[in-house]
Amino acid sequence: MKQIFLFLCLLLPLSALATVDGYKYPFDDPDDAARFEQLAQDLRCPKCQNQNLADSNAPVAVDLRDKVYELMQEGQSDEEIVGYLVDRYGDFVRYNPPFRAETFLLWFGPALVFVFGLLLLVLIRRGQKQPAAPLSAEEQARLQALKNKAKSS
Amino acid sequence: MNRAFLFIPLVGFIAMGILFWIGLGQEDKTSLPSPLIGKPFPTFILNTVESGESTNHLPQEPVLVNVWATWCPTCKAEHAFLNELAKEGVKIVGINYKDDDFKARQWLQAYGNPYLFNIADPDGKLGLELGVYGAPETFLVDSKGIIRAKHIGDLNPAVWDKLQPQFEAMQ
Repeated sequence: MKQIFLFLCLLLPLSALATVDGYKYPFDDPDDAARFEQLAQDLRCPKCQNQNLADSNAPVAVDLRDKVYELMQEGQSDEEIVGYLVDRYGDFVRYNPPFRAETFLLWFGPALVFVFGLLLLVLIRRGQKQPAAPLSAEEQARLQALKNKAKSS
Repeated sequence: MNRAFLFIPLVGFIAMGILFWIGLGQEDKTSLPSPLIGKPFPTFILNTVESGESTNHLPQEPVLVNVWATWCPTCKAEHAFLNELAKEGVKIVGINYKDDDFKARQWLQAYGNPYLFNIADPDGKLGLELGVYGAPETFLVDSKGIIRAKHIGDLNPAVWDKLQPQFEAMQ
């Protein structure tokens, strides 16, 4: 019991990390705060390529957070805000890539590889299940000879 | 006959290996394609570093637009080459990105000024419009104010070899 409690205590700081600079970006409506949080999680920092806007402290990430906040205050929708950034920084800023012809492999690549593997497996299994070819007369004779040899020893 | 199928995973493995080799071995992973190519240069009203007067347009001729700052070490590395280009007659407009005018003027005095003029962008507002995320960045802008190309990182002879034909074609 005590151990579980201590473990939960360890997790506490994580929840603190999850909120982006709440003092700097005040919202009257908690829904808006949640929206901002979500946007900052889903948008990628162009400079530090493996972090989102919420996690990164790179100056450009701070600028983009400020911009997202500013656009939200202007009453823009999530799509408009993401569109604004994509127009300037490209699709790269989205952690959730759009579905288009050139992103086909990204979305369906894993499924295609899976189906391909499955097909391969079936083909190989089938090959193994084929009944062995009947023995030729020569082989029959050799088999008989081996059997006789086994018996006599 | 069916044994040939056994080699398919090997072939797949080699194919993926090659794919990753190319993908991960790319020379410049950090430079992202810009969605601004083919689009007009964003509108702005900002002051120049030199005189503090307001400006809102680029010269109506092909120019390089170079985003730089005194806090950016790579900008210093490329500065000598920009000076050379300016001597050859290449028109360069500077955007002094998130910087201080005074420091910028000191820098230009110390290292030479290859720019026609410098647009002061202390808050990075114009930088954001241009999708700037790491100075130095250089844009090729034609006489109609359309962005033709973008280079992220320092401008050096090797990079210029690639950009120059495009720039000449814009003349």
